Amino acid sequence: MSTTTVPTEPAEPDPSAVAAAQKETMPSSAKDLLQRIRTGDLGSLRVLILLAIVWIIFQSQESRFLSSANLVNLSLQVTAVGLISVGVVLVLLLGEIDLSVGSVSGLCSAIVAVLNIKHGWSPVPAIIAGIAVGAAIGAFQGFVATRFGIPTFVVTLAGLIGWQGLQLKVLGETGTVNLQPGLLTDLAGKFLSDAAGWIVAIACSVAYGAIAVTGRARRVRAGLSAPSTTLLAVRVGAVAIAALIAVYIFNQDRGVPVAALILVGFVAAFDFMTRRTRFGRHIYAVGGNSEATRRAGVKVFRVRVVVFALASSMAAIGGIMAASRLLAVNQSSGGSDLLLNAIAGPVIAGTSLFGGRGNVWSALLGALVIGSISNGMDLLGYESPTKYMVTGAVLLGAVVLDSIARSGRAQAGRV
Amino acid sequence: MTDSTPLLELRGITKRFGAVRALNGVDFRVMPGEVVGLVGDNGAGKSTLVKVISGINPADDGEYLWEGQTQHVTAPPDATGLGIATVYQDLALCDNLDVVENLFLGREATVGGLLDEVTMENKANELLAELSVTTIQSVRGEVGAMSGGQRQSVAIARSLLGEPKMVILDEPTAALGVAQTAQVLALIKRLKARGLGVIVISHNLADVFQVVDRIFVMRLGAPGGEFDVATATQQEVVAAITGLAENGRAQGAMNR
Repeated sequence: MSTTTVPTEPAEPDPSAVAAAQKETMPSSAKDLLQRIRTGDLGSLRVLILLAIVWIIFQSQESRFLSSANLVNLSLQVTAVGLISVGVVLVLLLGEIDLSVGSVSGLCSAIVAVLNIKHGWSPVPAIIAGIAVGAAIGAFQGFVATRFGIPTFVVTLAGLIGWQGLQLKVLGETGTVNLQPGLLTDLAGKFLSDAAGWIVAIACSVAYGAIAVTGRARRVRAGLSAPSTTLLAVRVGAVAIAALIAVYIFNQDRGVPVAALILVGFVAAFDFMTRRTRFGRHIYAVGGNSEATRRAGVKVFRVRVVVFALASSMAAIGGIMAASRLLAVNQSSGGSDLLLNAIAGPVIAGTSLFGGRGNVWSALLGALVIGSISNGMDLLGYESPTKYMVTGAVLLGAVVLDSIARSGRAQAGRV
Repeated sequence: MTDSTPLLELRGITKRFGAVRALNGVDFRVMPGEVVGLVGDNGAGKSTLVKVISGINPADDGEYLWEGQTQHVTAPPDATGLGIATVYQDLALCDNLDVVENLFLGREATVGGLLDEVTMENKANELLAELSVTTIQSVRGEVGAMSGGQRQSVAIARSLLGEPKMVILDEPTAALGVAQTAQVLALIKRLKARGLGVIVISHNLADVFQVVDRIFVMRLGAPGGEFDVATATQQEVVAAITGLAENGRAQGAMNR
């Protein structure tokens, strides 16, 4: 080798920028938090602040807004759209879109209702059949889009129209199927007893704390950087207090709604799946760089088909919850603004439309923001026109804020 | 295997695309622990040769020997199975994932069906330390926020996770600044020190001369000459690339 003069390890232009390039998670220290507020990059915190602002505004105008009775109503109102949004988040993480979730929720709830009421199936098999149809629809749409390289926007737009037609056909001439009291109506109509509510809140807090503490202990044992114990305590404490306050408020009224528990359960389960399993990791990877992921040996085709199947399954589950709350399935089930709210929610809560960025909790938080606005405007006696315009403005505002945050993050060396 | 057995040896490789002969009887070899610079003008057949080696476009004709054994490499997994890793020019990284996630993409460690972040993070730290990659402060930093040199380091480190015997680097310094180029060249020397065979495809002769042992020139789909960097000059290599050596105008071309 003729030239061996290699400069000593060259310094990167701006190491501090690199050090700041952590992943979007909850801030790791108070200093980090300040840094993020300064650069406008608050991640999930931003939507919590937005939610707080919405609640403060409505509470100041109408004292019934934060009453337990109304909060129970709110939780029931957001269940269906929140569940559908869980699936939408998965699709958005891929960098795709699913416009058919509204129609699919309507179709699948119609199938469940017709099987249960007109064909005498018992509720559980009917529900399983409805979800299975949803999964099959999603797998079909994901397959067609991926196999033929068609934008999912178009494939699911076709689905939006087509499945609506099938829904009308399934519902038959009367166009409405009323549910009989039973498991199907209990899903959205039952509440936990006070004691059961407390037990659930405590169990969830303990489970969360245990996972957080053992996870940290493993990292410390392996000599890796770990969040400080104070921060960990604050985080676990915040979750526990939030859970206990929620149960306390719900118990003032009718108790913890089973529907809310179903929603939170699905959100937590899918959040776990996306963050802790290989499949979840692959969803983010495909959304970030599909070609790189394919070359890394991941079966991208399968990931896409499964994600679309999951999204439509969640749409079916959301549709069933909506039917349970309405006590009926009719021709407008799954229509109206359900689809738009299911997509707007996660976007308001910070999940990117371009794939690879966001999290499943944005489904719940986004649904809460939109649901709160709708609920608050109802209480204040505003009509639909105002509701739609305000919701639209909040969506636009949230996305603009997100864009500003992104440029702030870019200036701070984060992407 | 003795020291004189090449890691990779190609004999009389021919590749046609329709009527075009992209490769015409190319003999090529890489010894263990040797860094070979593959240079040539656009369309000279460098990429085609690399695609033959990595199994993307198998050869129509010729012999493919790996550690002295004849092999039939017809698809990328065949080459990977032999121990050949390729780092493409686009690096194939996911910008939204951090270093650990990128390194282990497609081969995530799991424990009880869940991702084993601790094991992966430890291995990532070890690997980067072994390669003396000191410019990456946190393996939990997002790759999208990193410089070209750091990204190249991540991509090279990832190729090493499969314990390859040979690494092919496609234009590793093409988009890098001076400091970052030095960083990547230092990394290539460490690959050599680990006993890996390395093929570096590059247009930048200055970089090639700094890091390779032998230069293999491709010209119009055929070998255009081989040079030992200890004795060759850049002018000779340029002449071989452009084909001006044949009529003695190389020097003129250089001075113009």
